[in-house]
Amino acid sequence: MKHLDEQQLLEYRYGDAADTPAVEQHLRECAECRKSYDALKQVLAYVDALPVAEPGANYETRLWHAIAPKLDRAPRVGARPGFDWSAWTAWMSPRRLVTVGAVATLIVAAFLAGRYIPIGGMRTPSVSPAADVATKNPTQVRERILLVAVGDHLDKAQSILLEISNAEPEIAGNAKDKEVDISQEQQSAEDLVNSNRIYRQTALKTGDNAVASVLDDLEPILLEIAHSPSKVSAEQLDQLQQGIAARGLLLKVRVMDSTVRNREKAATPRASSSGS
Amino acid sequence: MNRMEGGDAEQVQQALGGDQDAFRVLVERHGRSLFRLAYRMTGNEHDAEEVVQEAMLRAYRRLDKFESRANFGTWLYRIGVNCALDLMRKRKPEASHRQQPSGTGEEELDPLDIAVSTDPGPDRLMLSREVRDKVKAAMMELSPVERTAFVLRHFEGRSIEEIGSTLGLGAGATKNSVFRAVQKLRRTLEPLVSQRQIAKGNAN
Repeated sequence: MKHLDEQQLLEYRYGDAADTPAVEQHLRECAECRKSYDALKQVLAYVDALPVAEPGANYETRLWHAIAPKLDRAPRVGARPGFDWSAWTAWMSPRRLVTVGAVATLIVAAFLAGRYIPIGGMRTPSVSPAADVATKNPTQVRERILLVAVGDHLDKAQSILLEISNAEPEIAGNAKDKEVDISQEQQSAEDLVNSNRIYRQTALKTGDNAVASVLDDLEPILLEIAHSPSKVSAEQLDQLQQGIAARGLLLKVRVMDSTVRNREKAATPRASSSGS
Repeated sequence: MNRMEGGDAEQVQQALGGDQDAFRVLVERHGRSLFRLAYRMTGNEHDAEEVVQEAMLRAYRRLDKFESRANFGTWLYRIGVNCALDLMRKRKPEASHRQQPSGTGEEELDPLDIAVSTDPGPDRLMLSREVRDKVKAAMMELSPVERTAFVLRHFEGRSIEEIGSTLGLGAGATKNSVFRAVQKLRRTLEPLVSQRQIAKGNAN
């Protein structure tokens, strides 16, 4: 029988296994997997053994005295109910807003193209191919705008992954001590994190699970690169490279990019078939 | 964090009406558990205290956005996680520059570093200070997202869906983050674990 991989063992450890009895049976029968599972448990036991600092008996009082003077300055009115700012504050820097704005504009454009261009009705004054086809098939236009945007996004992601995968510490001297400047990739990854999230959510909403799945795989590595220091050690670089390689991300992104581009072409109007 | 929810709702209403003493009750009720979570995430007391203070202030500022049918403890915990994540992201570049190469697991470990009385108890090991430092260093080498996902899954027992929704990640990305965290911990700590077992074997 096939051995259990690390992911399956971890899922079993956390009670998330897809088929717990099968995992248990395999562990009973397979010494190799049992050994690996024991090693996992041991490592986690070490982590469990880390003590947690206790903040002291009068912590509650100290805490209150630390925050009480600041409460009067804290406005509690005027915001929309139910809106949690905590998820937003971390990434609402002006530069990120530009990226988010651009993505949002594209999605709104795609949405409007589908919703407000009357089917078989009035022609818009625009002479662009997109507008031309819009009068005939608004869904196609919407799809095409999104495909172009996602295709561009995957292109950018691919080049970041390529750069990181091919980066290497300088050969001269002790390679282990060298730092590699990944500031450009880090910056680009930071820009892509937000758009990736929005495209993934859009893909999920439109039922495009294949695109959503690749973007889902892409997200943690983009976050990882975005949150790395601008100069990484050889060891840190190696970890990033392993993260990309372990999930076969480059290939997945490349294949999805090409699929998206083909779909984009299919959604592009052909003059001969337009009948105009 | 889930206890006394009925009481929480009452205090929230009173605090919204301007009663700071009611908010104080909430702060005192949830401060300690939030501190433990923040400590697990940030790895030090000073940062944990900063996180708790910031989380309490953020919670107060948007108390009117808390939906009364929701669980106040869970709502506060989410704010706390995001505060801790913000702080870790801010600290990360500084920390990575002063990182010691302690995570390779390749360095020689003196078996005497391992406390003689480290027989595992029913659930918990006792580690010597040096081993503890190594485990802690391994935790700190995880990226902020990995560490958060791992702490929430491992120590807090939160579900993948809940962690994903707190971090704004999909289920796949969340699972991956927990998995990568554990993979890194294994890579770093397994040599340490084996050495300890060898040392224990020799002592017996």
